[in-house]
Amino acid sequence: MSAEVREITYSQAIQEALAIAMERDERVFLMGEDIGVYGGAFQVTGDLVQRFGEERVMDTPISELAGAGVAVGAALLGRRPVYEFQFSDFSTLAMEQIVNQAAKIRFMLGGKTSVPLVMRFPSGSGTGAAAQHSQSLEAWFAHVPGLKVVQPSSPHDVKGMLLAAIEDPDPVMFFEHKLLYKMKGPVPEGYYTEPLHEAKVRRAGTDVTVVASAIMVHKALEAAQQVEAEGISVEVIDLRSLRPMDYSTVIDSVSRTTRLICVYEGTRQLGIGTEVAAAIAESKAFDRLDAPIVRLGGADCPLPYNPDLERAAVPQVPDIVAAIRQTVKGGR
Amino acid sequence: MKHEKDATLPELYSRLGSPALREALRKMHLIRQFEEGAEQAYIRGLVHGTMHLSIGQEASAVGVGVMLQQRDFITSTHRGHGHCIAKGADPRFMFAEFFGKDTGYCRGRGGSMHIADVASGNLGANGIVGGGLPIAVGAALALKQERRPQVVVCFFGDGANNEGAFHESLNMAAIWKLPVVFVCENNKYGMSMSTERSTAVKRIAQRAQAYDIPGVTVDGNSFKDVAEAAQAALERARQGQGPTLIETLTYRHRGHSKSDRNRYRTKEEIEQWIAEDPIGRFEAELMELGLIDQAGIEALVQEVRNEIEQAVEFARQSPAPALADLTQFVYSTPTPEHCHVG
Repeated sequence: MSAEVREITYSQAIQEALAIAMERDERVFLMGEDIGVYGGAFQVTGDLVQRFGEERVMDTPISELAGAGVAVGAALLGRRPVYEFQFSDFSTLAMEQIVNQAAKIRFMLGGKTSVPLVMRFPSGSGTGAAAQHSQSLEAWFAHVPGLKVVQPSSPHDVKGMLLAAIEDPDPVMFFEHKLLYKMKGPVPEGYYTEPLHEAKVRRAGTDVTVVASAIMVHKALEAAQQVEAEGISVEVIDLRSLRPMDYSTVIDSVSRTTRLICVYEGTRQLGIGTEVAAAIAESKAFDRLDAPIVRLGGADCPLPYNPDLERAAVPQVPDIVAAIRQTVKGGR
Repeated sequence: MKHEKDATLPELYSRLGSPALREALRKMHLIRQFEEGAEQAYIRGLVHGTMHLSIGQEASAVGVGVMLQQRDFITSTHRGHGHCIAKGADPRFMFAEFFGKDTGYCRGRGGSMHIADVASGNLGANGIVGGGLPIAVGAALALKQERRPQVVVCFFGDGANNEGAFHESLNMAAIWKLPVVFVCENNKYGMSMSTERSTAVKRIAQRAQAYDIPGVTVDGNSFKDVAEAAQAALERARQGQGPTLIETLTYRHRGHSKSDRNRYRTKEEIEQWIAEDPIGRFEAELMELGLIDQAGIEALVQEVRNEIEQAVEFARQSPAPALADLTQFVYSTPTPEHCHVG
């Protein structure tokens, strides 16, 4: 990484991407609750309303179903709406328009049109906001053909992937973990895009593959660092995109390391890691496995308020460290 | 120079002129015969799945449609064949869609409930009650943002007026003064539940008050009443004054869908409404005004019959979609090879 690349936060990187997209394409506009003069519940849109005006940074009423549907209708006529859910949990109020309309219109109409929109989902736990403001629902959306679902983990990726998502002709569900908003990292100035269908190897290793997404990528890297002294070499893959999913990168990695651990914050059962594990079971990597696959996911309960309970409800670094040791040293 | 008899015509009719009125009558017959043809095709096993026929509601679709321009947009409902035809769709491609053929408007992927013809401004029927309302508002927002002169007409049924989407959409269209006209076709029943049982207000148009927009209830079986209400609402929308809610009181002669045994309404009620058939009423009106005669009507009906027969034949002979194309239209670009397992 060039030393000249400045560091900004994940949140600033999103704001930069939104500004660049609006400068480059007059069809792009933002919609959401309190994204105007308030600047967004997480200050992601910040002062954009002052730069681009209220017509392009539109406050919507607290009315998620119509808000999402208005984005669908505007996209059908060729606009490029970016709709912000204040919290990903509130997307439950808009499921009809996302699942029945946005995802299916292109297919139902025999390919005669498309729905080029982006929906942004601030998600995840760790903020003490309890059960209705902390969920990780990305796996739900990844289950719906017609949607694309991405979950960038770094300021660099969030900017490039958001610019790509806004340019994409199909509906993209863009998941942002709230604990990443203040995380800093190197981000190039100006316009660039990152693909919406490629995983990235964050750390090369030879003994075990840890597949993670969003905040869990950082936890996995920390765990990998910790076990390095014990002589365990961990490969960490950042999935980045959940639909479509880059199976190939994961299969190649597990074929080499012969071990797999999936770490994700959503509910463990039927989660993102379940899909990764199943893909390995169906692939050529299955015969190479030297240990059972491990899935570390969210506990089987709503997110609790008490901070200790909240931490216990999602995988933490010591959980990943323990799983790595068990998988590598436990053998068969 | 105006024809002598035009002097006695209602203002709307002289403005439309007799060719447009004859075309409106032709469209109403086209819808009626399309629906009857669809029903016959269903009985003959040519249509897979169910369908929702709009027989009896033709004045509502055509009364609005006649006031629209080709470049305007509509959103429609599960009972949407009439809207589609009124907006200018070709029955050949509609039948082809019903028969699941590759030549259909949706290449056989949508069927009756998702029929759309974006080229003629129909953004789509909808299988979800109330599903089209927010989409219509979004399309209207796009028009306003681009300073385009068009409007969006959002058709929905009485059943949708108790969905949250109805209320959220009217509010959003009202606060932003969007060029959209909400047309609620009140055919008295949301499947089996009557509006008396389902809806707290007597007239659905009353609900416009809650959003500080005009709300009018009209005789939905009167072409003229529907067209006049549409004209006023469209003018208001085009002038940037925002949305209107029009409630058209009408009736579906057939059941909700093919599974309906008509247990929730009486034979007498159905017969009363059949006596108020919108096509018969429009014909009587046009004859009284001297705009058409019996022979003219018969010629028009025969013309429509031929068109429907040819459309059914076109659909029957059309090719089916290729099985290999099953996942073709899910995304605009193919999913990369590395995103497939195996």
